[in-house]
Amino acid sequence: MSDKRIVYLDHNATTAVAPDVLEAMLPYFTGKFANPMSIYSISQDNRKAVEDARERISRLLGAGDGRIVFSGCGSESDNQAIIGFAMANRAKGKHIVTSSIEHHAVLNSCKYLQKQGFEITYLPVTNDGLVRPSDLEKAMTSETILVSIMFANNETGVVEPIEELAKVAHAHNAVFHTDAVQAVGKLPIDVSKMGIDLLTASAHKFYGPKGVGILYANRKVRLDPIIHGGEQEKGLRAGTENVPGIVGIAAALEKALADRESETSREKTLRDRLERELLARIPESFANGAKAERLSNTTNITIKYIEGESMLLFLNASGICVSSGSACTSGSLEPSHVLLAMGVPAEHAHGSLRFSFGRDNTDADVDAVIEKLPAIVERLRAMSPVWEDHLKEGR
Amino acid sequence: MEPYSEKVMDHFMNPRNVGEIENASGIGQVGNPVCGDIMKMYITVDNGVITNAKFKTFGCGAAISTSSMATELIIGKTIEEALTLTNKAVAQALDGLPAIKMHCSVLAEDAIRSAINDYLVKTTGTGLPGWKPHEDEACQA
Repeated sequence: MSDKRIVYLDHNATTAVAPDVLEAMLPYFTGKFANPMSIYSISQDNRKAVEDARERISRLLGAGDGRIVFSGCGSESDNQAIIGFAMANRAKGKHIVTSSIEHHAVLNSCKYLQKQGFEITYLPVTNDGLVRPSDLEKAMTSETILVSIMFANNETGVVEPIEELAKVAHAHNAVFHTDAVQAVGKLPIDVSKMGIDLLTASAHKFYGPKGVGILYANRKVRLDPIIHGGEQEKGLRAGTENVPGIVGIAAALEKALADRESETSREKTLRDRLERELLARIPESFANGAKAERLSNTTNITIKYIEGESMLLFLNASGICVSSGSACTSGSLEPSHVLLAMGVPAEHAHGSLRFSFGRDNTDADVDAVIEKLPAIVERLRAMSPVWEDHLKEGR
Repeated sequence: MEPYSEKVMDHFMNPRNVGEIENASGIGQVGNPVCGDIMKMYITVDNGVITNAKFKTFGCGAAISTSSMATELIIGKTIEEALTLTNKAVAQALDGLPAIKMHCSVLAEDAIRSAINDYLVKTTGTGLPGWKPHEDEACQA
């Protein structure tokens, strides 16, 4: 296996740290190691590095006078936004609206709040994976304090109508949060113009390091901390600042946005070719959310009558890394909650593969999948009793 | 998830006894496509001995490898011997399964019983006393 070329098509799971990002981070592991909270001058340099990173990110996201809070990951930022907001504002109301296709960091934060006496509405999506603003409008009550809808879905890449949804939330005096973990670095985002009050992002999805996330928060939004301790991040997030990580996320975001337009169009060409060729070569297959606006790096393909993990194992044996549904759910046996919400029957949702492109992918990677996958599908279908039944029905 | 054992991967990548048996003595099918796995097992019985077994499976790596191993374990066995085969024995023969995949071995045990039940119904008019597949706790279809 070791000398085989790896075809990595799972960039929505994580990305490699970009070399120049790593280079920017390295001094802060050793020489510039001091705690930014201390008073001596070597600490002040590190404090400056953190504040400089915050300002650059703030500018890149159009944060204006809003806060950029550094956290440990996207999940933490989602927890901070939802639980931290709910706890600080529960006197105003105890109703939160989210969607049925959110990441588990959002869904399980909401479930936790449900146990604390909050009422949660999980909005449905269309067959294309879109949350309808009209559905949000209907769900809003005088008790609704927060709306949390993801910017782009991790499994299908479908981009939600964020500006319209934010408008609906604001018309009812609710705050709007978006989990933008898959969107930041891939789509142009201006939180002020788009009406986003709270936004979650994570460095490792755009060639930054793992272990650092951000939460943007509109200045008017009150949040309780969820990590209690020292006065870091103005008392909102205790814990010694991850200085190399913070330097890394700023560098990574700068690079991602500088290359964004050319890179997204390059990846879209690869993605579109892969999707077109696979659908043409594999009967009884379809792409999920393909009619909606999608991240240009993502395609999610359902291949009927076989199961996703079997395909992953065979692809892995050929050095091809993709995920089935969502890597986050690979510990469970339930098919993807996202595809089920889009109306894909459970028996077909089991046979879904997600391909997500990134900077290092080339036409050769697309060729490798086109060459290997149809044969794998044929082999698995040949031993599938469900495929056999399907063929008999067709006769 | 914990990785699959080499033996599981071997039976997954090179499954034994895939296919169908024409005029099989017994055919059993268990599982549910909604839960992501279905096993169909065919057996030939000659003088009370299972002389051939084949399978078709829709499912994950563990589902395919447990089906493959189950057919290997019952070929050459009498009906009585095959009925003593437990899911744990199938898993052990594969050098173990990840905890969340143990239900696949249950499915394999059920597939064998289902095929034997079908054979008994066809030959004696009555099936295995009290036969019904295990409830799949991992999936409520």
